[in-house]
Amino acid sequence: MRVEDFEFDLGGLPGAMPIWHGRVHAAQWRRACEQVHEKGGRLVALWGSDNTDRASGSAVHAALTVRSGLLTITLPIDGDRYPDISDLFPAANRMQRATFDLLGLRPEDAADQRKWLRHGAWPEDVFPLRKSFDASQTFRNEVDGYPFVVVQGEGVHEIPVGPVHAGTIEPGHFRFSIVGEGILRLEERLGYKHKGVEKLFESMNVMQGAKLAGRISCDSTVAYAWAYAMAVESATGVTPPPRALWLRALLLERERIGQHLWDLGFLGNDAGLAFGLAQFSRLREDWLRVNQALFGHRYLMDTVIPGGVARDLALSAIPGISEEIGRVRQSVRVLRGIYDEHAGLQDRFIDAGRVRPEVAERMGLTGLAGRASAVAWDLRVQFPPVPYDGFDVQMATHGNGDVAARVIVRFDEIAESLRLIGLILSRLPDGDIAVRLPEAPRNAIGIGWVEGWRGEVLMALETDSDNGIRRLHPHDPSWQNWPVLERAVLGNIVPDFPLINKSFNLSYSGHDL
Amino acid sequence: MFQLLKQIVATGIKTEAPPRPDETLHVARERLSAEVLKRFHGSLTIRHVDAGSCNGCELEINALNNPYYNLEGLGIRFVASPRHADMLLVTGPVSRHMEVALKRTYDATPDPKLVVAVGDCGCTGGIYGESYASAGRVSNVIPVDVCVPGCPPTPFAIMQGILTAISTGDEKPVRR
Repeated sequence: MRVEDFEFDLGGLPGAMPIWHGRVHAAQWRRACEQVHEKGGRLVALWGSDNTDRASGSAVHAALTVRSGLLTITLPIDGDRYPDISDLFPAANRMQRATFDLLGLRPEDAADQRKWLRHGAWPEDVFPLRKSFDASQTFRNEVDGYPFVVVQGEGVHEIPVGPVHAGTIEPGHFRFSIVGEGILRLEERLGYKHKGVEKLFESMNVMQGAKLAGRISCDSTVAYAWAYAMAVESATGVTPPPRALWLRALLLERERIGQHLWDLGFLGNDAGLAFGLAQFSRLREDWLRVNQALFGHRYLMDTVIPGGVARDLALSAIPGISEEIGRVRQSVRVLRGIYDEHAGLQDRFIDAGRVRPEVAERMGLTGLAGRASAVAWDLRVQFPPVPYDGFDVQMATHGNGDVAARVIVRFDEIAESLRLIGLILSRLPDGDIAVRLPEAPRNAIGIGWVEGWRGEVLMALETDSDNGIRRLHPHDPSWQNWPVLERAVLGNIVPDFPLINKSFNLSYSGHDL
Repeated sequence: MFQLLKQIVATGIKTEAPPRPDETLHVARERLSAEVLKRFHGSLTIRHVDAGSCNGCELEINALNNPYYNLEGLGIRFVASPRHADMLLVTGPVSRHMEVALKRTYDATPDPKLVVAVGDCGCTGGIYGESYASAGRVSNVIPVDVCVPGCPPTPFAIMQGILTAISTGDEKPVRR
């Protein structure tokens, strides 16, 4: 499926990634999705926007993968209905329900019309992302009545878990229906962390938005900040200087390694090997301290900014980083050997939480978890932006789709990211680290698309007058992967849930917004 | 097994010295008597509640248990239930969807109890402030003893906040 195969006009958006945008009518919306689906493309994101303040109705937007890049389509709608696509892309289900909660736009004839992001903070007939809604309004906070699917039968009972979990993690609710210890069904209830991020963006200008973009999900702050910067640069038609792009790649790979080290430690711990957590969390602490020394922040927040990066890397720091990557490579190699040979650990990892490739493909599993289920997709390989275009990035994939496969992909990705950091340091171009951005034109569209450690992060920006943000939709890959987790645990036992959940390590904050 | 033991020996002990309490972090003082506070020394249990953060503070709270900070080495443990806890460590802004859960967790924690708000958002509402979806700072929802600012605060700062909450003002420096 290439962009020239579509029956409506498409325009390429300026910027680092091959992204096209077109306006469609209702029949074309559905037809375009069918075409993409037939050719094995995926839905990356679906969101809505309100233009009633300009007397031009509302719109829904979709971002879809095609062979030549990303296709984004906009469907203007007069009323409040648009064609459902959740039969083609199961991942659309929750995105469509969220679009109703926030904007009151309803997918026609969709099988599942339950609320999703809304609990009790605002009433059913109030839609916070409408332009007429005042963000400072508050309502009587009702208790969330959510119609979970009830499983019945002899010996079936429920275990409700959360939103406050036993560990130090984000809040969400899991409803297990079980017989004995075996899981018959898991239903997730998310939205606890909804804090009005999209509405908040609309009160900011494009420069102020960068700070908030970096705080959508701290573990992916570089990926989000880069995707946001890419969107702003696309809308303003600016290309950052080469050195800035190379430094961004350095930051993104540092984020990936830091997060993978963390996960590998917890995966060992959740399978009963506390040694793993102690060792990997030590490596990670060392890693974060280097981040702090080099860029002034342990998680690299506020380092990527629209137009470039905020901090340069001193030439004198390079030998130290080279030594560091050598040390980490060696330590991870030793620990990988220990993990591989630990029979108790492998017994817990192998076959736990298996997502078969055909299920992964049908449900649109993406990112790291997708690659562990044979979904060979990594934006650094598929559409490598500068500087990845010169690196021949080796994608880590595995076909087994179980916890063990997601562990292996993490190990492989650490090794590859260490290699990439070595390449970046050896060839880092000289020059400026940022350009000044001109004021963004009114109603410009910009899209950012970045392969974070968890998967592809998308940022869709529409500008307003005076450099303002009219609409910004951040999309986390967790939207695709949360529903697959419900599938992955089926037939497993409840005590394996924490391990399986950790092997996906999905975001709540990035999803709930 | 040999490799595993070799790695443990080669790594050695990494734990660093803990911070002294910082009385300026107190937002409410002397709610608990010195006698009660002294009893928390060496056996403090903490229930963490993420009331709506961006997950940054959680990353740093988790780091408290790495070998460098080794919070457990001070007799301070994270527990799975508020019913077992002496202290709530709360991050946020408190999203309105977490308001009820936070209040219930607070009520489920037995008296005497302490609350430490972690991070700029927990202390002030931060970048998210108050809105239809965010109730803002933690003290808008439950009483707070100590605030630890930062975005996110470092593990060292969070540890200092915890030690400040149980400080009676006349401690000797902590020895491991």
